Amino acid sequence: MKKILATLVTALLLATPLASMATPEQDLAEFRDYYKKRFPSTPFDDFVNGVYSIDSASREQWQDIEEFPPYELNISNGEELFNKPFANGKTYASCFENGGIGIRQNYPYFDTDRGEVITLELAINECREANGEKKLKWKRGPIADISAYMAYTSRGNIIDIKIPDDARALAAYERGKKHFYQKRGQLNMACADCHKFYAGNMVRADLLSPAIGHLTHFPVYRSKWGGMGTTHRRYGGCNGQVRAKPYPAQSAEYRALEYFHTYMSNGLAVNGPGARK
Amino acid sequence: MATIKIRAKAKNGVTTVKTLMSHPMETGLRKNSKTGKKIPAHHITEVSAEHNGIQVMSANWGSAISKNPYMSFKFKGGASGDMIKITWLDNKGESDSAEAAIK
Repeated sequence: MKKILATLVTALLLATPLASMATPEQDLAEFRDYYKKRFPSTPFDDFVNGVYSIDSASREQWQDIEEFPPYELNISNGEELFNKPFANGKTYASCFENGGIGIRQNYPYFDTDRGEVITLELAINECREANGEKKLKWKRGPIADISAYMAYTSRGNIIDIKIPDDARALAAYERGKKHFYQKRGQLNMACADCHKFYAGNMVRADLLSPAIGHLTHFPVYRSKWGGMGTTHRRYGGCNGQVRAKPYPAQSAEYRALEYFHTYMSNGLAVNGPGARK
Repeated sequence: MATIKIRAKAKNGVTTVKTLMSHPMETGLRKNSKTGKKIPAHHITEVSAEHNGIQVMSANWGSAISKNPYMSFKFKGGASGDMIKITWLDNKGESDSAEAAIK
């Protein structure tokens, strides 16, 4: 009797941790399933349009704005900045595959040599430093415009974030996933609370967007900002909104979050830069 | 630097013109957070639109118009290929203009 009990207990103890450690592919399948069930009338590809894919009134207003989008100025400016040579004569094209055109869908990626998550903004600034230029500020201004131009050249490309067979890559993914589901701040809320479990509900006068299809449209022009901002600018804002201390832009924490967050939009097309409220 | 983008479409005898202008539109009431001094007003005061050389719209703008203003207006007439010219003048005496053909 004791032996049978002991074997049963051991078996259960072994089984439980294995069951809770889902693979990224399983997480992605569960994520997609969740949103498909929650918003059954939304075509899957339309999730890239955020709240405008789940609310027809705001969609009409957004379509009006998209006829002559506010981010056009940022794309033009970004294109100029992207093509302007550094003091040493080289351009951004020399740092990126395909000359930096049509590559947004591959970011962020895990660099196995360095053991780090590399985001597009990080790559832009590293390109500058490698060519003797000063780093740009991370959240707004020229870096957002350059990122907007690069996103624009990638429109329609399918997000394809890879997690290499490397324990460090998986650890970064898991760290991002943990941040997404972890409650924080004085308001004790997780990213998942607003953007997964309450997606489609109202928070004061705003609709909560589904997290699937979030990062396809970054960087983003927000009417609230009256300008263009990067992913990490928004992350800082979101953390601040639940009264948690934001992490610095391009910190390991936000890069891990961006890694997980973008992976969850695998299979959806880049539609950046986006115009949002 | 080109500060005006124009899109004009003619439909059923009415032309709709949309423009996006790049301008700081400083109200003159904002304070520089580091020095505490007011940032001087720098905003567009007049906008003029011409169709084939004839003025079809004029506007007087104040400090309440936002940064990088978007504007849309309609006028009777206009055909595909006609030229629309938008000109702005600001309180510092700077100005810019751009032309585009109606689609």
